[in-house]
Amino acid sequence: MEKVTSLASEKGLVLFSKSSCCMCYAVKILFQELGVTPMVHEIDQDPEGWEMEKALKRLGCNGPVPAIFIGGKLVGSTNEVMSLHLSGGLLPMLKPYQTLC
Amino acid sequence: MPFSNLPLLVYIYQIWEEEGIEAIETWNVGEQQELEGDEESKLSIALDINSTCAKVAFFIISKSMNSPTPQFVPSRLGIYEPIHQIGIWGENFKSNGNPNTSTSVIVEVDNKLENESETTSHEMLTASNTYEQEASKPIDKIQRRLAQNREAARKSRLRKKAYVQQLENSRLKLIQLEQELQRARQQGLYMGGVLEGSHIGFSGTVNSGIAAFEMEYGRWVDVQHRQICELRTTLNAHISDIELRILVESGIGHYFELFRMKSTVAKADVFYVISGVWKTSAERFFSWIGGFRPSELLKVLVPQLDPLTEQQILEVCNLKQSCQQAEDALSQGMEKLQETVSSTVAGGPVDEVSYIPQVATAMEKLEALVSFVNQADHLRQETLQQMSRILTTRQAARGLLALGEYFHRLRALSTLWATRPPEPSLP
Repeated sequence: MEKVTSLASEKGLVLFSKSSCCMCYAVKILFQELGVTPMVHEIDQDPEGWEMEKALKRLGCNGPVPAIFIGGKLVGSTNEVMSLHLSGGLLPMLKPYQTLC
Repeated sequence: MPFSNLPLLVYIYQIWEEEGIEAIETWNVGEQQELEGDEESKLSIALDINSTCAKVAFFIISKSMNSPTPQFVPSRLGIYEPIHQIGIWGENFKSNGNPNTSTSVIVEVDNKLENESETTSHEMLTASNTYEQEASKPIDKIQRRLAQNREAARKSRLRKKAYVQQLENSRLKLIQLEQELQRARQQGLYMGGVLEGSHIGFSGTVNSGIAAFEMEYGRWVDVQHRQICELRTTLNAHISDIELRILVESGIGHYFELFRMKSTVAKADVFYVISGVWKTSAERFFSWIGGFRPSELLKVLVPQLDPLTEQQILEVCNLKQSCQQAEDALSQGMEKLQETVSSTVAGGPVDEVSYIPQVATAMEKLEALVSFVNQADHLRQETLQQMSRILTTRQAARGLLALGEYFHRLRALSTLWATRPPEPSLP
């Protein structure tokens, strides 16, 4: 779906979420701890939310939320982000987008 | 000598713990004694137990001889035969010191000679023929018999030791089983709550899912224990890294198996997994989203892994940090879920009878609990995976041993705690 891909490329770190999803909340907290601020799209508050959800599923995201895009590319859902983080691969990817605080 | 008045031909042995048998009192060979009066109908000897020394007077009580002859002809040496087959256990003897009580003795008989025990009293009865012959046997034969008796008693003590050990093991096993039973009961009570208002079919599936998990988990713990023992022995021996790697892989795989099992039962009943009722009490104390904390795992492992290279120290440090961050994120997500469910259940007017909408909505939200349990297990799995990558084979083996031993000790702690003596009640 174009909307999804275009939104995903808008910013370096993009997160598709649902406002009611607690796992999405957990991922948001993680990014906060890592010093990054993703662009968050709450698809349950988007009129095209249902299509966006289907699109994310088609892209291979098994949440379908949370769905994380770094540099326009799909990283995955919670599983993938956690694995990446523990293996030490997440921080290097986030480095360009880390806000200095 | 308390027995001196008893017209009885027996040998009394005193058995000391860990010492040989000594025959402390024997009648002279050739001496005949006659039974008097109604003592002919039963033979018994007062038992002298000196509890402070744990020595036990050993005696044989024979049932009444049906022989009408007053002369108690069974030879003393004839009685040797059963003695050398018999060992005793002091605690089986209870006596009121009354020489005339015909308490029967529980005697242990050598296995191979067990079927002869039936014949020994028979031998005594019919030993009259042999008596005359026996009386003329040389002294060294008596010595040999004494030695045989010492040996028999020694064997008996060893058997006793083994039996007591077995009893102790059975006792521990019984305690464990009782605990499991209590856990199952708790789960049964808990299941009672779940069953309210749910379909019979569904609850049947839930029940069987949990029952299956309980059984599998029991087996998992047994295998875990075996693997730990194997790791311990192989680490002390010097086997090749390749062989050690196999053990490490199977050890890690075993944990992954647990996560798979948990994932299955979480689909059936996520509350069951989170409650930790399937674990021992001490393990439950440390429970975080249905299992151990990954950061806790690292805390247990790392001190056991010295020496680590600089590179390893750095990587472990990074792993610790990312683990902690991931844990915090999931913990906060769980808190958010609690808040959400709580506010959903509490929401809506309370002065209306119907609460179905609130409860139904809450049900949807609770689905998220399954993904949290899965994520927590995923975190545990990743932590183990990363440690396995960072460490050498030998270090990983030591780490697995340390981890397994830690949980084993927690389980032992639970058992010990459950069986601690009750607090004395206030007067």
